[in-house]
Amino acid sequence: MPTQPLLLTVITFLPLLSVLALLLLRSDDHAWIRRIALAASLAEFVISLFLLRGFDAADPHYQFEEVHDWIGQAIHYRLGVDGISLFLVLLTTFLTPIAILCSWQSIRENVKGFFLSILVIETAMIGVFVSLDLFLFFVFWELTLIPMYFMIGMWGHERRIYAAVKFILYTMLGSILMLVAILWLYNLTGTFDLQEIEAKLQAGIIALPPHTELLLFGAFFLAFAIKVPLFPLHTWLPDAHTEAPTAGSVILAGVMLKLGTYGILRFCLPLFPGAAHRMAPLIGVLAIIGIVYGALVATVQHDLKRLVAYTSVSHLGFVVLGLFAFSTISIQGAVYQMLNHGISTGALFLAVGMLYDRRHTHEISEFGGLANPMPVLMAFFLFISLSSLALPPLNGFIGEFLILIGTFEHHHQWASWAASGAVLSAIYLLWAYQRVALGEVTVEKNRTLPDANGRERLILVTMSAMIIFMGIASPLFTRRMQVSTDTLLHLMGRPQNASRPPVLPPVGKSAAFLPQLPTQDRPLAAVAERQVRP
Amino acid sequence: MISFPAEQISNFHRLLPEIVLCFFGIIVMFADPFLAAAHKRILAWVALVGAVAALVSIRVVANDPGPAYNNLISADQFSVFLHVTVITAAVLAILGSLNYLDTEHLQRGEFYALVLFATAGMGILSGANELVTAFVGLEMSSISTYILAGFRRHSVKSNEASLKYFVLGSFATAFFLYGVAMVYGATGTTKVDAIQAYLAAQSSTPSLAMLGLGLIFVGLGFKVVAAPFQIYGPDVYEGAPTPVTALLASAPKAATFAIMLRIFIVAFGGSANIWFWAISISAVLTMLIGNLAAIVQTNVKRMLAYSSIAHAGYILVAFAASTVVGVAAVLFYLGAYVLMKVGAFLVVTHLGQQGEKRLEIRDYAGLGFRQPVLAACFSLFLFSLLGLPATGGFLGKFFAFQAALDLRDPRFVWLVVIAAINSVIGAYYYLRVIIVMYFSEPSKDYTPTSVAPALGLALAIAAIGTVYLGIMPGRVLALAKSAADSLSLH
Repeated sequence: MPTQPLLLTVITFLPLLSVLALLLLRSDDHAWIRRIALAASLAEFVISLFLLRGFDAADPHYQFEEVHDWIGQAIHYRLGVDGISLFLVLLTTFLTPIAILCSWQSIRENVKGFFLSILVIETAMIGVFVSLDLFLFFVFWELTLIPMYFMIGMWGHERRIYAAVKFILYTMLGSILMLVAILWLYNLTGTFDLQEIEAKLQAGIIALPPHTELLLFGAFFLAFAIKVPLFPLHTWLPDAHTEAPTAGSVILAGVMLKLGTYGILRFCLPLFPGAAHRMAPLIGVLAIIGIVYGALVATVQHDLKRLVAYTSVSHLGFVVLGLFAFSTISIQGAVYQMLNHGISTGALFLAVGMLYDRRHTHEISEFGGLANPMPVLMAFFLFISLSSLALPPLNGFIGEFLILIGTFEHHHQWASWAASGAVLSAIYLLWAYQRVALGEVTVEKNRTLPDANGRERLILVTMSAMIIFMGIASPLFTRRMQVSTDTLLHLMGRPQNASRPPVLPPVGKSAAFLPQLPTQDRPLAAVAERQVRP
Repeated sequence: MISFPAEQISNFHRLLPEIVLCFFGIIVMFADPFLAAAHKRILAWVALVGAVAALVSIRVVANDPGPAYNNLISADQFSVFLHVTVITAAVLAILGSLNYLDTEHLQRGEFYALVLFATAGMGILSGANELVTAFVGLEMSSISTYILAGFRRHSVKSNEASLKYFVLGSFATAFFLYGVAMVYGATGTTKVDAIQAYLAAQSSTPSLAMLGLGLIFVGLGFKVVAAPFQIYGPDVYEGAPTPVTALLASAPKAATFAIMLRIFIVAFGGSANIWFWAISISAVLTMLIGNLAAIVQTNVKRMLAYSSIAHAGYILVAFAASTVVGVAAVLFYLGAYVLMKVGAFLVVTHLGQQGEKRLEIRDYAGLGFRQPVLAACFSLFLFSLLGLPATGGFLGKFFAFQAALDLRDPRFVWLVVIAAINSVIGAYYYLRVIIVMYFSEPSKDYTPTSVAPALGLALAIAAIGTVYLGIMPGRVLALAKSAADSLSLH
């Protein structure tokens, strides 16, 4: 296990520390506020790269662990990363400087508060990814809400207050029930330590009655499903996205939605495998509805930002589907798609934000033929759209493909329905591109719009480079995730059942809805075996 | 040199905070007539010194714990914890009143004397081991606060508050006294530990004693503003001078919960199964009424009043658990609650400006830009009341829920789920204030006034305390645990 004491603590709290530095600056000293915020976030990114260097891909345990006593005997300050959270931390540290850079000029009021919020969110989000103690996790989880609330409410657009309140109340309702579940789990196990709880449940020291397990799973899942957001809990998302400033959308779509899928991955699946298996048919169907519904609704949007927001509903449906298909491939695909979505959708929001900076509208009808006045920006917009609609060999393709083939192993129907989402995404994105960029310039004042400036090009080039990199160098990522996803499946897959006589994988409608475990176990274990390093 | 018997000295030690408070109260009363109006501020500092001295003198109690005055007073860890809570609230309220009374032209000695006497009454209430002694403490604190509530004598609202509080409060104390009489009739004693011993020897609790307990609950439920006895609360809290409201909403609640804990959990701990329903139904009603009514308020003081009703509900959830963990949770909650509530009301005190004119939520428009530090402080208190992590309010709720769930009893799971949902309802109205402060344009007709040093100090103490309890609760929690342990539960 790599020993770099304090590395995770430094990564988690460096942004918060730089907030203190920002507080010392005069609030009208905009230039220095921006510079310091950017410098801090870049330093943060560089430091977080040390995680990648020290990470041992073959070690199934959490790495860079830190443990300190905190409150009483039960609550600890315990941090650690595995192959899954590692990349989510990197995604966070990668997107934060981008978000700061994209707000360089578009935020003019209350500059200090804005950059302060971004940095506080960064700390909170990284904290969520690296916490291994349920209490600590919950603290960071709730802490992400407040700065985002301010970000939408203070720097958002016309209906910002409505969107901010909806965002925070929705999320709180979910998370407060999760708190009750966390406390209940503590009562049963006597600890808040994730690994200890996992070990106790795994060894059968604590046996959850199916009913209790289902309730606990439900409480956790509700909190995460709202955050993802899973259909039909998604209604806060389009409002929040549409009203948030660009940086807010980038962070919201890029990282914050992943808090939900990460939570499912880290807590729902390993802690309550029985309930997860029982609920999988329902959740799978909801995910598919989300994929198709999100895509269809995105198609008919006349607001560009709302369109991108609905693509999130659709794309995160894929992620949830991959998670609940319970195969190594689909889960890896889901994790990879989480990263991809952060990059691609983040980039889409950035591009849309650049349009907004010029025209102060998101209405598609206000654009048209923009490829003439701003060829560079539109070229990037097309490229990012292609990544988002999963064109090979770009990043989105890898994730969706892994999810689909992983899902296909057990659920032919799920996979085929979900695949339609991939087709629909091509429709809505390309159609949107066509209406925005191609044809004649329809609105006269669009003729003179300036093309992307140096700062914007830097942002777009960085994002595009990442898109290409993640498309062709996916083994660099999946290799490090492998052991962690295997461990996850091991925790929930009950491999001891593998010795049972093989049962044919369920095919057809009736079988897909059957909440039976053994039918899923066999191929699952077989896949797991195949996936383990030769 | 006269020598006192050791017992007398111990008695003296164990009642020292009250003695100090009353002593300084009397000094303030005596000095008052001799001071010209311009110098009345001196009395505030005398009172402050008295309250701080009382706070320090709690150390003496802590070093020499035990029963005092023939077991009428029980100076245990529990009493010590609540003394600190109550007297801290008094210190903050005195600091917050200093400039308020100047601007309202109410700078008079009796104000501070009454605060000190009320605090002494609450101190007795926290330590009382005997029901008639508790009654004395209750009356001492109540009568002082009746007068304080009407201290803005030219304001109709303040008069109304005082009268309402007085009439209904006297009624409630009568209930309490009647209940005490019945308990005495049934058990032959008014001492908490003796009642416990008597009831333990019986096969079932006599119904007369239970009836008495019911009446006691009416009396004390009134004082903690629990439903269905909450009607008066918002009117009184709104009408009373704001620093008095800060005191009213915090310290008497803590002290009354102390005697409630002693009566219900120590004396009647064996009948917890019976009174559980009364407490938990009251808890659910209190939370619901408090939160739902707070949503529709436009006046900040009224909103905070309803919010403090809701908080009594959360405390009752932990109370209903009637375990050591539950008592510790109640104590921790009270500690956090006092800081955040006093803090919030002190911000309102400052922003009300002369004549308490600016009390509507919309008056706070754009405060985040006009007075960022003050707005940040207020936000912190509101977030803490809301129960967001890294604040004392969150851990108060957390420990309360944990204590209730600890029993692994489905009834408590429901209670906690209701409480949890209530705290989300609560989020709505706390956030509404934040919205107005940060998301709306500053109002033109508002000229900010700078925060006076004394009030600033009080706010700083409350804010730092709230954050401290939210991040490093270990020490206070350990104290609350040992305080709960010091009660000999059933």
